[in-house]
Amino acid sequence: MVNDFVNRIRMLVWALLALPLAAFCTVLFVLAVAGFPLVVVWVGIPLLFATILTLRPIANIHRRYAGALIGREVGSPYLRRPSGNLLVRMRGLLIEPATWRDFAWVAVNGTVGLVLCIVGIVEGILDLIFWWLPPGMMVRVHAYLACALLAPNERTSLAQRVQQLTESRAETVDTSAAELRRIERDLHDGAQARLVALGMSLGLAEEQLARDPDNARALLAEARETSSAALAELRDLVRGIHPPVLADRGLVGAVRALCLASPIPVEVTDELSGRLPAPVESAAYFALAEAVTNMIKHSGASTASVHIEHREGLLRMQVRDDGAGGADESLGTGLRGIARRLSAFDGTLDVTSPVGGPTVLTMTLPCTS
Amino acid sequence: MRVVIAEDLALLRDGLIRLLEAHDFEVLEAVDNGPSLLRALTTHRPDVAVVDVRLPPTFTDEGLRAAIEARAQLPGLPVLVLSQYVEQLYARELLADRSGGVGYLLKDRVFNVGQFVDAVRQVAAGGTAMDPEVVAQLLSRRSAADEPITTLTPREREVLGLMAEGRSNAAIAARLFITEKAVSKHTNSIFARLALPPSEDDNRRVLAVLAYLNG
Repeated sequence: MVNDFVNRIRMLVWALLALPLAAFCTVLFVLAVAGFPLVVVWVGIPLLFATILTLRPIANIHRRYAGALIGREVGSPYLRRPSGNLLVRMRGLLIEPATWRDFAWVAVNGTVGLVLCIVGIVEGILDLIFWWLPPGMMVRVHAYLACALLAPNERTSLAQRVQQLTESRAETVDTSAAELRRIERDLHDGAQARLVALGMSLGLAEEQLARDPDNARALLAEARETSSAALAELRDLVRGIHPPVLADRGLVGAVRALCLASPIPVEVTDELSGRLPAPVESAAYFALAEAVTNMIKHSGASTASVHIEHREGLLRMQVRDDGAGGADESLGTGLRGIARRLSAFDGTLDVTSPVGGPTVLTMTLPCTS
Repeated sequence: MRVVIAEDLALLRDGLIRLLEAHDFEVLEAVDNGPSLLRALTTHRPDVAVVDVRLPPTFTDEGLRAAIEARAQLPGLPVLVLSQYVEQLYARELLADRSGGVGYLLKDRVFNVGQFVDAVRQVAAGGTAMDPEVVAQLLSRRSAADEPITTLTPREREVLGLMAEGRSNAAIAARLFITEKAVSKHTNSIFARLALPPSEDDNRRVLAVLAYLNG
């Protein structure tokens, strides 16, 4: 009974709030209609720009409250704003499908919506008096209308997806180019340089073999040491590109090998059957390796665990520690790196780390096999 | 001493054959893939085998698997595994059957011919020869507080590390600038702390190294 009354009040309040918003939509609608022809004389461009950007928060209010009223969660269909000068951003907004749907909603809400709100207020007051009537018919219609026009549809979802993929692809290309540069530099300054030194030592030794055998022997010993150092550098490099143990034993074996070297005891458990596709395996390994390294460096934990499972086309990896907590994805470059690695494969990173711990990193990668 | 070699790169295989023959080893067979290795080991029953981890047909840890499989059939068959990189995981797997006669070295160690040949002999005699890098990885670890390995003094850990590398008491004494008697005092103390029952010295050394690797 009390709930019903609160509900009726709620509907009335929403109708009272929605009315000025609908009236504002009428104004925005007029501005938009005026803005298009005015684009010819430039004035229209900032006018449309301002209209579109003012409209979005109002549409978002409706997504939230109208959605809540009819028990539906309505997501945001907008793309991330393009950067650049006014014209570029304007063009970005105009080609966005969500913008046009917003215009359609403004037109409807500024006219039909306005009427619905006025009738809704009257109905709301009557509902408070005639308690046996079903409440808020008009408000509901208004909310359904808003949700129908404002909820993301296939087009806006696709546009969002395309944007997300474009961004992650650009990031992937950037990181792999940087990685190749690093490998080139490491080879150039490391192994290659050492092989040159090796050749020189051997050449000198050859020359001095007859004249000064002692010196030649010293040079040969030096050459041997140089070749060991070159091998050590190549080994480190190979580990960074594709750890041999990953090729040998797959994800779980490689993670176990990694955790054996950890100063903090790490328990590794898994629900995996068989090997994953090589690209996923490698992405998952490096993400986990980064997560474990981070944990060792920053958590101050005394024990930790890693769990890996593959279920319904999703690889899920969890790194848990009993350390100090307070890890923040927006602060740590390590965590950002993990998120970037995963995003190239459409994966996600989720961090829960209250101050005082424990910290739980959950990483997922889509993987059908 | 009779030896079987497994290495897929012809250059390195020939080098190993030459090196070992120059030090009075009799090379029974040199194979270049996993299945042939298993066959060669079980038919020849060599005094020691020198095996590359990565072998065809899979080019993964084929050599290691064949060696472990052969040791399952012929317990204690001495095997020295060579690799371009060392993994503590593999060291543990090799030692898991607790029967000794196991070596695990980086390929670079072959450059120091004298030490390498010593390691092969050590393994053939039933000892262990772990690469210093495996040992170094272990030293950087902090063990859980309740493990007996943590009760060792720093000096004892040092001695144990050198034991893992396959060094004799005499070699350890020379390395640490102490007398052989002092080394054997340390080793006895290590055996006692790790609760290893008195038995043949070689076997206890293997068990101590194993405890160390698992710590």
